[in-house]
Amino acid sequence: MIEANAVYVIVMRELKKFVRERSRLVSTIARPLVWLFLVGGGMSRLVPTGRGVSYMQFIFPGILGMTILFSSIFSSISIIWDKEFGFMKEILVAPISRFSVVVGKATSGMLLSTIQSVIILAFFPVLGLSIGPLQIVGIVFVCAVLAFALSSFGIVLASFYDSYESFSVIMNFIVMPMFFLSGAMYPVKLMPPVLRYFTKVNPLTFGVDALKHLIYPLEKGPMSADFPFVIDVLIILAASLFFVTLGGKAFERKG
Amino acid sequence: MQHIAFFLVNSSMQIIAVRNLVKKFGQIAAVDGISFGVEENTIFGFLGPNGAGKTTTISILCTLLAPTSGTASLNGHDCHAESALVRRSIGIVFQDSSLDKDLTARENLLFHAYLYDVGKSERKKRVEDALAFAELTDRADNLVKTFSGGMKRRLEVARGLIHRPKVLFLDEPTLGLDPQSRANLWEFITDLPKKHNVTIFMTTHYMEEAEVCDRIAVIDKGKIIASGTPAELKKIVGGDVIYLKTTDNRKAVEEIRELFGAEASEKDGEIFISTLRGEACIPAIIREIGERVLSVRMQRPTLNDVFLKLTGKEIREENASAGDDIKEAVRSYRRRHDRG
Ligand SMILES: Nc1ncnc2c1ncn2[C@@H]1O[C@H](COP(=O)(O)OP(=O)(O)OP(=O)(O)O)[C@@H](O)[C@H]1O
Ligand SMILES: [Mg+2]
Repeated sequence: MIEANAVYVIVMRELKKFVRERSRLVSTIARPLVWLFLVGGGMSRLVPTGRGVSYMQFIFPGILGMTILFSSIFSSISIIWDKEFGFMKEILVAPISRFSVVVGKATSGMLLSTIQSVIILAFFPVLGLSIGPLQIVGIVFVCAVLAFALSSFGIVLASFYDSYESFSVIMNFIVMPMFFLSGAMYPVKLMPPVLRYFTKVNPLTFGVDALKHLIYPLEKGPMSADFPFVIDVLIILAASLFFVTLGGKAFERKG
Repeated sequence: MQHIAFFLVNSSMQIIAVRNLVKKFGQIAAVDGISFGVEENTIFGFLGPNGAGKTTTISILCTLLAPTSGTASLNGHDCHAESALVRRSIGIVFQDSSLDKDLTARENLLFHAYLYDVGKSERKKRVEDALAFAELTDRADNLVKTFSGGMKRRLEVARGLIHRPKVLFLDEPTLGLDPQSRANLWEFITDLPKKHNVTIFMTTHYMEEAEVCDRIAVIDKGKIIASGTPAELKKIVGGDVIYLKTTDNRKAVEEIRELFGAEASEKDGEIFISTLRGEACIPAIIREIGERVLSVRMQRPTLNDVFLKLTGKEIREENASAGDDIKEAVRSYRRRHDRG
């Protein structure tokens, strides 16, 4: 059961606060750009990629994934702040289902992350990539689904933590490993078998992989996508459904 | 407590009915088998020291906590099994503020109106009314973080009423306010049952504040130790005390014993008389021995005396030392930070 009024007003609140907090936008946009141009630019000289995409072009899908990962988790983690500062109780005693709250939060995370990833996407000409309008539609779609999945995942995390001290734990022990074990910075097929196992239980891997298909579809060889496109999309769709349901369940618990 | 009848739990007028309610956190029974009822459109006060179980009881009634055993119902709906129906009937001002301080007053109210699905035609009007009611119309578009404690509290009460609840819970509504703001807020609260057709369930540990209640239940360590009207509770400590100074105290004591059969004795040059109806007693005394009376004063028992008598401790040390203030500050800090 989802109440549209509740989802609407929860989303509006997040958007309003996002617009008000300019510094948050600056930092979420700055991080991926630093990685793309400083790390990617530097590594491009070290990593010979032959005739295919350059290393900087190679990590572009991963950088989009990073943008989505950080902004989705950050958006969902705001639930911990809402608990800390008491506002969550205002929502929890309202006559709306817990699932509406989760859908509202996941939808706001999805919208904010997608907007930010589109801003990063706009840098593609600088990297010497050529992306057509149809590809862009596909990319925005994949970004939105991935953002919904990761925001829902963030809600599940947030439901286990009550204080903001846990924020750094989540960032250091969950978010950063997720980023490095997603094929964002190096191809999954070149990873040691143990690490490859971790990439396969990471929803970000499949989102980034789908973006690789869309951003450099003609690439063959080591830097190309690792899994079939259809599988990627099915997995991130399934992850969205799985985590939003789990989030609903996690919120359902009463003390 | 023996003389105080517990309310009948089943009466049809009762908007809140609680029976044998227990809530345990691990080994600790925060609420330990309480039963009470609240009648419609009255003010019900839940009185007790820190950690008595007041907030826990409210959390169960407003569906945020599941009881360990026992039942609680509100407006005829079970607070656990029919939580959705209960939530429609209640408004709450939590012990710790639940406003979004990064939104404006108006945005906080609008958020609430949407959340409770107040119709489009009504929404704007109710928000404006609530702003006027909280006397915040001119600050409507300021961020809540720029408000004083009293303004935030008023805004929360007004917000709790936007969806026209049947019951409004106020958990320590005046905590942290100065005496002036406390008085203002009480004026505002005592008008609510008549104006808005709402039942008020409040907790406090300021005894003076509980005087406005129609009925009170005193809770300590998870158990209700007494309940009744403020006047009924005061009878527990034995009524009023009249203090007299006369030209000849010893003679006056004898006369009063003979004339009224009242208990009178002398101490420190003053006669004190215990009586249930002091206001009727004084004129009679003046009539009989008036020409010898030098001064007369009367002391009514306070709810604090009631609490002292029932539990052997003050509900709140009026002249808390600096050390106690710090302890209280630490405790309330913990309270804020231990919970979700
Ligand atoms: N979530 C919880 N987990 C464990 N113990 C709890 C929890 N909530 C309350 N308690 C315990 O239950 C008891 C009653 O707490 P409660 O908050 O109901 O008291 P209160 O009467 O509201 O006190 P105060 O006047 O300080 O607000 C306390 O001993 C408290 O430590
Ligand atoms: Mg309390």
